[in-house]
Amino acid sequence: MAKATITFEDINVTVSAPAGTRIIEISEKVGSGITYGCREGDCGTCIMKVTEGWNNLTEPSVLEDKILRENMAGKHNRLACQAQVLGGVIKVKPV
Amino acid sequence: MIKAPILIQDGVPQAVSLSERVHWIGALDPNLRTFDIILKTANGTSYNAYLVQGSDGFAVIDTVKESFADDFFARLESVARYEQITVIVLNHLEPDHTGALPELMRRAPQARLYISQKAQTMLKALLKQTELEFTTVLSGDSVSLGDRSLQFLHTPYLHWPDTQCTYLPEEYTLFSGDVFGCHFCDSRLFNDEVGDFRFSFEYYYAHIMRPFKEYVNHALDLIEPLLPLQTIAPAHGPLLRDRPQRYVKRYRELSQTTLLNETSGGEKTLLIFYISSYGNTRRMAEAIYEGAMAIEQVRVSLYDLEGSEIEPFVDLIEGADGIIFGTPTINGDAVKPVWDLLSSLAVINLKSKLGGVFGSYGWTGEAVRMVEDRLRGLKLRVPIPGLRIKLIPTDEELELCLAFGRELAQELVGLRQSKIIDMADLA
Repeated sequence: MAKATITFEDINVTVSAPAGTRIIEISEKVGSGITYGCREGDCGTCIMKVTEGWNNLTEPSVLEDKILRENMAGKHNRLACQAQVLGGVIKVKPV
Repeated sequence: MIKAPILIQDGVPQAVSLSERVHWIGALDPNLRTFDIILKTANGTSYNAYLVQGSDGFAVIDTVKESFADDFFARLESVARYEQITVIVLNHLEPDHTGALPELMRRAPQARLYISQKAQTMLKALLKQTELEFTTVLSGDSVSLGDRSLQFLHTPYLHWPDTQCTYLPEEYTLFSGDVFGCHFCDSRLFNDEVGDFRFSFEYYYAHIMRPFKEYVNHALDLIEPLLPLQTIAPAHGPLLRDRPQRYVKRYRELSQTTLLNETSGGEKTLLIFYISSYGNTRRMAEAIYEGAMAIEQVRVSLYDLEGSEIEPFVDLIEGADGIIFGTPTINGDAVKPVWDLLSSLAVINLKSKLGGVFGSYGWTGEAVRMVEDRLRGLKLRVPIPGLRIKLIPTDEELELCLAFGRELAQELVGLRQSKIIDMADLA
């Protein structure tokens, strides 16, 4: 199975995770400072900054796009509870 | 003696003028003693709403709690007809300011609703209507009322994501929402006439605004260029027409670091709190302290939770870069003094501070994991798994404590080695 390496820059931890894993599943286990509210893509609490590997994440859904817009998220922002890793190198940090 | 403004005439609530074109149309709630569960008030509160009269239309700024809607509408009717209202502004969507909104929209259907960008989802959730018409605004946006206009200031998280301020430049008046407000009820309304509300002002800041100091400072960056203001018209408490600048200055002071910073440039602060019944968790704490002290540029402090009230620790934690908690496990739980401190931190911003947990235990040892979860819930980052030791720590185990302290201190100054963990190895 394809694997991605995702680095949480705030705690300087890198995890090798199978494709399809949501970032929330990894970040909570390693203790990154990305914080979560509803955990289902509705509240916008878990907006994070993707500093590298934007295309190594799944595309944002229409619903995620809507929440990002409503929260005036920047163009490098994603919801950590929605984004899934695909492969390659990804680097993220809390906003 | 100062004559109180006439709030009720012949049994009918009346608007109170701030100027020829600006009127207070809010309501007094003198019997309230507890607000939003968390706040006390010794003499109630007010729900301040305002009417601005322009040559081409009137604006209503905020409304009141639903149970006070009758007072609000009576006061509104004393200075306006519903068909004259072209604009409704909501600076904040909490129900104590939006309770009368549905009825106001029914009575003035032609009025356009102006809310902040972040208020959209809240408005829908509040009104439970899908077909809502409104305009979202940001700093720099304005709406004309003819010879009066309203400018919007994007001031989020004061104290909800949606909050904004509205400025009336022709009268140098800022409708500030909950900012500069307080729970204080006095029918004399104006700050130069009401009783002594200094405590209420400070208390309100400490509980409502303090967790958002960073955002308060951003908001003040937008508000200070407007000085000198003639009036600050907040959504609760006295209307600040006498030297309103003082309150802006006070907010700036309160939004600085609570305690004087004793560290030198680049130095990080790490606080270790512990409590111990038989001295085992204390021995761990001392070893962790020693380990952390070995790292340069980290100022480490060790505190026994038994030795202080909670409040000074909250102030210390607010200014710290890292916090470590040591707790034994008793009856499958962390001990009460630890939870007491952890439940007192909602008034400060903890986001991205470093957290760590350790503790000695007798047979189960759940406390460390529980406190780790709590720290994550409080938005701390907890990158190093907690350290649990069964009963009395051996010399080898004390070495682990030293390493735990050292590693946390290294993490704080960015010296910890990066490593790649396989997802399968994560618990």
